[in-house]
Amino acid sequence: MNLILFTFIVLLGFTSYYFGRKKAYTIQSSNKRLTALPQFYGYYLAIWCAIPAFIIFSLWAIFEPTIVKLLVLSDYSNQGYLDDELNLIYEKTKSLSRGQFTGEITPFIEASAEKYLSLRSIAQSSKAVIVLSIIIASVAYAYKRISSNSRTREPVEKFLNAVLFTASLAAILTTVGIVFSLIFQTIDFFKVIPLFDFVFGTHWYPAKAFVRDSSEALDPSMYSDTFGAVPIFAGTFFIAFIAMCVAIPIGLMSGIYLAEYASSKVRQYAKPLIEILAGIPTVVYGFFAALTVGPFLKELGTSMGLEVSAESALAAGGVMGIMIIPFISSLSDDVITSVPQSLRDGSYAMGATKSETIKRVIFPAALPGIVGSILLGVSRAIGETMIVVMASGLAANLTLNPLESTSTITAQIVVILIGDQAFGDPKTQAAFALGMSLFLVTLCLNIVALRVVKKYREKYE
Amino acid sequence: MNKSKEQLLNKRYKAEQRFRLYGLSAIFMALLFLTIFIFKIFSTGYSAFQKTWLIVPVTFDAELMMLEQNPSNEDLQDADYYDIALKSMADLDPNANEDQENELKRMVSYFFEKEIKNELINNPGLIGKTKEVYLTASDDLDQVFKGNYPRDLPEDQRRVSDYQLKIFDQLVAKGKVESKFNISFFTYADSREPELAGIASSFMGSIFSILVCLMIAFPVAVLAAIYLEEFAPKNRFTDFIEVNINNLAAVPSIVFGLLGLGVLLAIFHLPRSTPLVGGITLSLMTLPTIIIAARASLKAVPPSIREAALAMGASRMQTTMHHTVPLSMPGTLSGTIIGLAQALGETAPLILIGMVAFVNTIPGSPMDPAASLPVQIYIWAESAERGFVEKVSACIMVLLGFLIIMNLFAQIIRHKFEKKWS
Repeated sequence: MNLILFTFIVLLGFTSYYFGRKKAYTIQSSNKRLTALPQFYGYYLAIWCAIPAFIIFSLWAIFEPTIVKLLVLSDYSNQGYLDDELNLIYEKTKSLSRGQFTGEITPFIEASAEKYLSLRSIAQSSKAVIVLSIIIASVAYAYKRISSNSRTREPVEKFLNAVLFTASLAAILTTVGIVFSLIFQTIDFFKVIPLFDFVFGTHWYPAKAFVRDSSEALDPSMYSDTFGAVPIFAGTFFIAFIAMCVAIPIGLMSGIYLAEYASSKVRQYAKPLIEILAGIPTVVYGFFAALTVGPFLKELGTSMGLEVSAESALAAGGVMGIMIIPFISSLSDDVITSVPQSLRDGSYAMGATKSETIKRVIFPAALPGIVGSILLGVSRAIGETMIVVMASGLAANLTLNPLESTSTITAQIVVILIGDQAFGDPKTQAAFALGMSLFLVTLCLNIVALRVVKKYREKYE
Repeated sequence: MNKSKEQLLNKRYKAEQRFRLYGLSAIFMALLFLTIFIFKIFSTGYSAFQKTWLIVPVTFDAELMMLEQNPSNEDLQDADYYDIALKSMADLDPNANEDQENELKRMVSYFFEKEIKNELINNPGLIGKTKEVYLTASDDLDQVFKGNYPRDLPEDQRRVSDYQLKIFDQLVAKGKVESKFNISFFTYADSREPELAGIASSFMGSIFSILVCLMIAFPVAVLAAIYLEEFAPKNRFTDFIEVNINNLAAVPSIVFGLLGLGVLLAIFHLPRSTPLVGGITLSLMTLPTIIIAARASLKAVPPSIREAALAMGASRMQTTMHHTVPLSMPGTLSGTIIGLAQALGETAPLILIGMVAFVNTIPGSPMDPAASLPVQIYIWAESAERGFVEKVSACIMVLLGFLIIMNLFAQIIRHKFEKKWS
C-alpha cells in the first residue's frame, strides 16, 4: 500500500517537472525572457510536490500508531487496567491481527484486533487521500505562480543546499546516538553499583548477578564484589601492551625502511603486501590465534617446562600486534616521507651516514607524527574485539603473566550481550558502562593523536 | 690516531648495515606472518571443497515404502523411506547385531532418507529394483577419508568406532567411497552437522546487509562530503562536524554494535537478528570512511574547473553538480567500495544486534533473520566438531576472495577512470 502510494507520488513529481518545464517553454516562445533555465521551473514544481508529501508522511508515521493505540484501548479505559496490562493487551491485539498470535484468544482481544485492523485501513486510505489532494493543490498553486519574472533557480538551490546540510549532520547524529545509547544504561548501572566499586573493585564476576531472582534485583548488597572492573581494565591494557610490543618495532622499522632505503620497485610491491594485513577481517585473525598460535605457544611452553594456558594473553596480544603492523608502518612511512629533503641534505653534508641521519635528524623531526600513529594503533588495540573473544579467556583474571588468560572490555561486552538481553538488568547495564568507558578512552586517544598528527603536518607544509 | 679514525669509520659503517638489516628483517617478518597466515588457512580449508560420499546399494522395496501399485508422484512424496534407508545401511554387514546396525546408520548423515527419496522421485522406474545411491558420509568418516582424523587414537577417545572403521575400510577397498566437489557447501544453510552445513544463509545475509549499508551510507556520505567541501562556511560548527567525522572513523566497531542495540532495537523496535538492522549499523560505521574518501577526491578536482564553469555563468550549485561531482566520482566510488569491504568483514557489531542466531533457512529479504559470513566463521569456530575446522577455513577463503575482488575493483575504478590533473 505504502509502496503504491510512494510510486504514485514519484510519478506525480515527474509529471509536475514536465509541466513546469513546458510552461517555461511557453513563456519563452511568447518572446519573454526567462529568469532561469527551463528545467529549474520543472525542479521548482517537483519540490512543491516532494516537500508536502514528506511532511505528511513523517507526521503520519509519528502520530498514526499513538492515535490508533488510543482508540483501540479506549474500550478498556473504564475497566481499571494498569498501563503495563494495557500495553500487553495492545501487543496481543497487534500480533493477533498479523496472524502470529499463539496464546489463548479471548473474544475481547479478537474484537479489538478487528477494530485495530479497520482503524489501520481507515488510516491508510485517509493518508492516501490527504497526501494526494494536498500535493495536487500545492503543485497547482505553484504552477499558477510561475510567470516570466518569478524566481525559480534561487529557491531550488536553497532547497538543495538545505538537503546537503542535513546530510552533513549525519555524523553529529551518529555521535549523539552513541552517547545517547550508552549514557542512560550507564547512569542506571551506577544507581545500583557505586562508581567507586566499579572503578576500584578487583573482582569481576557478572554471571553471579544473572542467576539471582529478578525480584531481588535491586538489592545493592548482593552486587558488591561483582562488578569491580579493575581486572578488565588491566587485562585490556595488558593485551594492548603486548600487541604494541610486537607492532611498534616491526611497524616502525618497516616504515623507516620503506621510506628511506627501499628502491621504488621494492616499495611498489612491499607496501601493498603489508597493507593486506590491515584488510584481513579481525574474525579471521581470531580464528588464526585460537587455532594455530594458542596451541603452538602451549606446546612450546610445555616443551620448555612452562605452564601456558591455551588461551593466553600472549597469543591474543601477539596476533593483535600483527594486525596493527600496517597501521603503524604506513602512517610512519607517510610521516617520514614528508620530512623536508633539506634536513636530510644538511645531515649528509656534515658527513653523517644514512642511519645516523635517520636516528638523529629525521626521527626527532618526525617524532610527533610517529607518536600520533602509535596512539592510533593503541586505540585500535583497545577497541579490538574478535581476536580477544576467540583467542583470549573470558574469565577476568587479575594477572601480569602473559602466559595466563585474561579478559578485556570488548570481550566482556560480547560475553554479556551475546544471546538475549534483558534491559534493566544490572548485568546488561554493566556492558553499556564498559562500552562507555571504552568509548571515552578511545575518544581521548583519538583526539590527542589526531591533534598531534595535524600539528605535525602544519609544521612542514 | 689514524687507525682509530678508520676503526671508528668501520664501526659507523657496520652500524649502518645493522640498521638496514633491522629494517629489512622487519619487512620480512611482516611478510612472513602474511605467508604463514595464508598458507595455514588454505592448507586447512581446501579439503572442505570436497565431500565424501558412500555408494550404498538401495533396494526400493514397494512394500517397505507402503506404496500401492502404480504410485502417483504425490504417493512418492508421502512414502515412507526410513525403513528402506535403514535396511540398505544394515545390509552393508549381513551379520550385524542391533547395536552395530545403529552404528552403521550413523555412518551417513541424517539426510540419507531424503537423498534416497530424491533418487526415487527423479527416477520412479526404480521401484522394486536395486540401485547404488550416493549418500553423504558422516562428518567423522569424511574427516577420516580426508586424513584429518588420527585413526591411531584409542577407541574411546574417537568419535568413530572400530566397527565403523572396519566397514568403512571395506567400502574403500571396494571403491564404494567417493570424493566429489562439495556443492552443498554453497547451497545449504547452516546446520549443526558439519557435513550438511553450508554458507548459503550467511552469504545472503552478508549481501543483504551490504546492500542496506550501501543504500544508506553512499547517498548520505556523498551529500555530506559535497556540503563540507564545496558549500560549508568556515566556522566553529563545520569544524565541529569535521572533528566528529574524524573521531567516528576511529571509534571501535563494537561501540556501533551497542548503538544498534540501544537505539535501533530497544527504541525503534526494529526486528532483531536481521540484515536490515545489521546494514543500518554498518552504514553508520562506514559513513565517515566514505565521507573522508569523497572529500579527498572532491579536493583533488583542480580549482580551474570550477573557475571555468563559474566564468561561463553557472551558479555554484550548477558548477558543483555538473562538473566537480562527476569528476570526483571515480575516487568516491573506490573509497565506497573499500568502506563496504571493511563493513563486509565486520563481526562484533553484528553479534551484538543478534545476528549470531542459528539460522537454518536461507533469508529471502533483509527482514528475515540471518547471519553473515564473518559471523558464520565465528559460530563455526566456536563449535566443537572437528569437521567445522576445515569449514571455517573454507568460509574464510570465500570471504577473503570477496574482499580481494572488491579491492581489485576499487583499484581498477581508480586507475581506469580517475583523471590525472597536471
